[in-house]
Amino acid sequence: MQSLILTTATRLLVALLLVFSVYALLRGHNLPGGGFIGGLIGATAFILYTIATSVREAQAALRVDPANVAMLGVGVAGLAGLASGFVNEPFLTGQWLFLFAEDGGKGLPLSTVLMFDIGVYMAVFGGILTLVFALEQEI
Amino acid sequence: MELLLAITIGVLVAASVYLMLDRNVLRFVFGLVLLSNAVNLLIFGSGRLTAGAPPLIDEGAYAPTGLVANALPQALVLTAIVIGFGLLAFALALVYRTYMTLGTVNTDEMRVAEPVADAKEAGQ
Amino acid sequence: MADDYPKVDRVMGGPAGWISIAVPAVLFLYFIGLLPQIVDAPQVRGIDWVPSLDIRLSVLLDGLSMTFALLITGIGTAVTLYSARYLGQHPDYPRFVCYLLMFMVGMLGLVLADNLIALFVFWEITTISSYLLIGFHANSAKSRRSALQALLVTGTGGLAMLGGMIILGTVTGTFELSQILTMGDMIRAHPWYMGIMLLFLAGAFTKSAQVPFHFWLPNAMAAPTPVSAYLHSATMVKAGVFLMARMNPALGETSAWFWILTLFGGVTAVFASVMALRQTDIKQVLAYTTLMALGTLTMFIGAGTHYAIVAAMLFLVVHSLYKAALFLMIGIVDHETGTRDATVLRGLSKAMPLTGLAAALAAISMAGIPPMVGFIGKEFMYKAGLGLEGFGAIWVTAMIFAASVMMFVVGGIVALKPFRGDLAPTPQRPHEGPWPMLAGPLVLGALSLIFGLLPGILEHYIVGPATRAVSGSDHEVHLYLWGGVNMALILSLLTFLAGWLMYRKHEAIRARLTAFEARSPIDFDAGWDRLLDGFKGFAAWQAALIQNGSLQRYMSVTFLTFVVLVGLTYVLQGAFVTGIAFSTDSIHPIQWTVLALICAGSMLVVWTHSRMTAVAAMGVVGIGVALIFIMFSAPDVAITQLLVEVLVVVLVSVVMLRLPYLPRRSRASFRPGHALIAAGSGVVMTFLAVSIMAGDLDRRLTTYFEAVSYPEAHGRNIVNVILVDFRALDTFGEITVVVMAAIAAFALLRGAGPARRDKEEM
Repeated sequence: MQSLILTTATRLLVALLLVFSVYALLRGHNLPGGGFIGGLIGATAFILYTIATSVREAQAALRVDPANVAMLGVGVAGLAGLASGFVNEPFLTGQWLFLFAEDGGKGLPLSTVLMFDIGVYMAVFGGILTLVFALEQEI
Repeated sequence: MELLLAITIGVLVAASVYLMLDRNVLRFVFGLVLLSNAVNLLIFGSGRLTAGAPPLIDEGAYAPTGLVANALPQALVLTAIVIGFGLLAFALALVYRTYMTLGTVNTDEMRVAEPVADAKEAGQ
Repeated sequence: MADDYPKVDRVMGGPAGWISIAVPAVLFLYFIGLLPQIVDAPQVRGIDWVPSLDIRLSVLLDGLSMTFALLITGIGTAVTLYSARYLGQHPDYPRFVCYLLMFMVGMLGLVLADNLIALFVFWEITTISSYLLIGFHANSAKSRRSALQALLVTGTGGLAMLGGMIILGTVTGTFELSQILTMGDMIRAHPWYMGIMLLFLAGAFTKSAQVPFHFWLPNAMAAPTPVSAYLHSATMVKAGVFLMARMNPALGETSAWFWILTLFGGVTAVFASVMALRQTDIKQVLAYTTLMALGTLTMFIGAGTHYAIVAAMLFLVVHSLYKAALFLMIGIVDHETGTRDATVLRGLSKAMPLTGLAAALAAISMAGIPPMVGFIGKEFMYKAGLGLEGFGAIWVTAMIFAASVMMFVVGGIVALKPFRGDLAPTPQRPHEGPWPMLAGPLVLGALSLIFGLLPGILEHYIVGPATRAVSGSDHEVHLYLWGGVNMALILSLLTFLAGWLMYRKHEAIRARLTAFEARSPIDFDAGWDRLLDGFKGFAAWQAALIQNGSLQRYMSVTFLTFVVLVGLTYVLQGAFVTGIAFSTDSIHPIQWTVLALICAGSMLVVWTHSRMTAVAAMGVVGIGVALIFIMFSAPDVAITQLLVEVLVVVLVSVVMLRLPYLPRRSRASFRPGHALIAAGSGVVMTFLAVSIMAGDLDRRLTTYFEAVSYPEAHGRNIVNVILVDFRALDTFGEITVVVMAAIAAFALLRGAGPARRDKEEM
């Protein structure tokens, strides 16, 4: 499909959607959002790009094979789960590190839970794009 | 509201069952989509309907204030939606591949594994 | 015979050979060392395996299990030593060793197990390894057929036995044999006793090849000779006998037990003896005499008197010793001369003196001639038979007499005739076998002699404890070679006389039997083929009936089942919600509208025959569902639903580009039957949903999540915390599924395009 308006608008929208997807991912623990939603938004961005241009251009823009992203995501989530093994706790028990924490606040929280959510993001993002690219390419 | 939701779920299920009983695999897939919506609604409804109180904890509080919506079915439905999407995508790929290979979307004509002749012979 | 394969240069089978010999040898010595402790006091040792199902990996060490353990490891050593030379250069010899050791483990487990379920598992291991070993020459169709036959017959029996075990476990409340064996009176008085007994006997009779399940055993001779010697004469086929002996304290001593076992055993013994005479292949002759021995053992366990049990245990050992020796002997003859035909072999004693000696020792024991232990065995059998009451005494004694006469004749056929007289031409020039193959038969033959001369060893360590274990009593056992002139001795002498006469005439008898068999309408082997064909026909018939290849039919059945089962349960359980307490005041017009949209959208998908309309209508339904999520406080779910809905529409649209249009609507396209099923499903689902939403809700888990979400999991969005922390394992599984679905679809789609183009070109 070649539409000048769509193509132009898409370039702006894609960047916006991608930023928003990461935002949704990061804020997910405290407000609506999270890995699933972030991943879906990110995938939607690239699907929009695919519709506006072509699969090939979308793949070039993504630079990496989405299937790799998906599998890496499962791996990241699994690793996040294994981390609790170091402190002798069951698989997937959340481990937290509060940077710059002041009295009462939680500072900048870093956690294996966030890492797990990033894994979810990557798996959903990569999985859906693998599917859509395959469908678009073959059809 | 619950009663109305139950009826809606019933209508969705009825529609999807009718679609899934069709010979045409495309309509079968439509049925699949509606069925997963129906089931998601059912799971969601089983956690009770609570208007205007999302399961979030206010800034500064340690627990939700007052009654908030049941978070557990929400989490279940959320993953169910994504899984349902995966299922649909796989089903679509299967339908497409089948059509490319066999040249039909009619289930009665898909006879690679169980040819009609064989089935009849064995039946006699 | 066994020589038509490319040879691999291995001395004694290489490492596999040494390992296979060392394992049973070490175990044999271990059990010998254990023996003195067990003689006086049976022991139970074990560990919990599946505690929740009351399955323990426990071993019961008593006279019976020790007798079997010694036979398994002792004869196992002889057989593995023999095979290292016999098959050591076969390309698949390491595989053979694996099967053989697997069998050994299974068999040892079977006899030592104290838990019925563990016993069953080991029982099946022996069945499977027997299947693999019979089919070892897998490129021969005959081998494969024999292997499958053995597997199916013994496997079916094994399943029946499992049923019996489970019922027995239910009746007694335990699967531990050591406990069950003390509850005999309770079990025998139980109304399910007959069922339990018959199921157990189904397992035992198939495994021990009792008529009419005997036909697999002669066919099993397709296995390499050491396997025949080991599995199909000395050990595995005795598993059935073992089971009957083991269960005797719990199931035995009733008249049903007595008559079933003595009748089946007696018929098997005599039938097999006659069939043995009829064969010309010496291996087949031995196979049928094994059947005869199994029948005899069954008969004596059924008889159940003290003497009968002593006779059974004694004969068990005696038979294993001579029969394994004879099988191994005939393997040597086959290996060195190239034939096992009784009508061809003559005068081998000069060329193969040691083989002849082993054959003679074993055959004299088999014929029951003093001073071999076989004589003691026969004396005790007669004594046991004569000691019974009424018709049982006549029946058992007559059967023993007939079988013993045949044994005498067969002993002559297999061990006297091939070695006497002038050398007859054979396919290969005969010469003596190598020592690893001779060692086993010679030692076993020598043991037959030693135990005959010194029965005290056997009495104290083997037969005595075994008898006490089987009968559940503590009778003393006394074995002796010379018991004075009595009825048993007279019968023995009569046996020799009749046997000698029959041996002189055996070729004429064989000719008559062959002629008779040709006219006989009963052929178990052909019957088996007919049974299998019938079974396959039935399978095809019922598969065609149930699985007719119509997806519509399958779906209809599935949904109909749902409607009927769930609907029926709903009605029967009285799950109707009366006096619905739902509030109606709060229904906002928007809510009405959204629900109406969903219903209208779904009906539109059904009604329309335009693909675009259908996709749009599905979009409406999806958005409607998302709106419900928003209205009822589920922002995360709503966002996910919206995004997925977009993706669904995109995907379906893309795929539809290449798919044909939906068929046009016509009068015929309405399917009233399906509509009825659909409406039924909808109604059942509605009632179900109402009941669920009106019932009590267990909020404990939610309450817990709400309470700890922030303090412990540091998250304010409870849904997300559940997803990535509380129930992270579920989520982990789910993302794995998503990725797998994506990759599977990717694999399906790859190359789909070109196939289409090819099709179009054609």
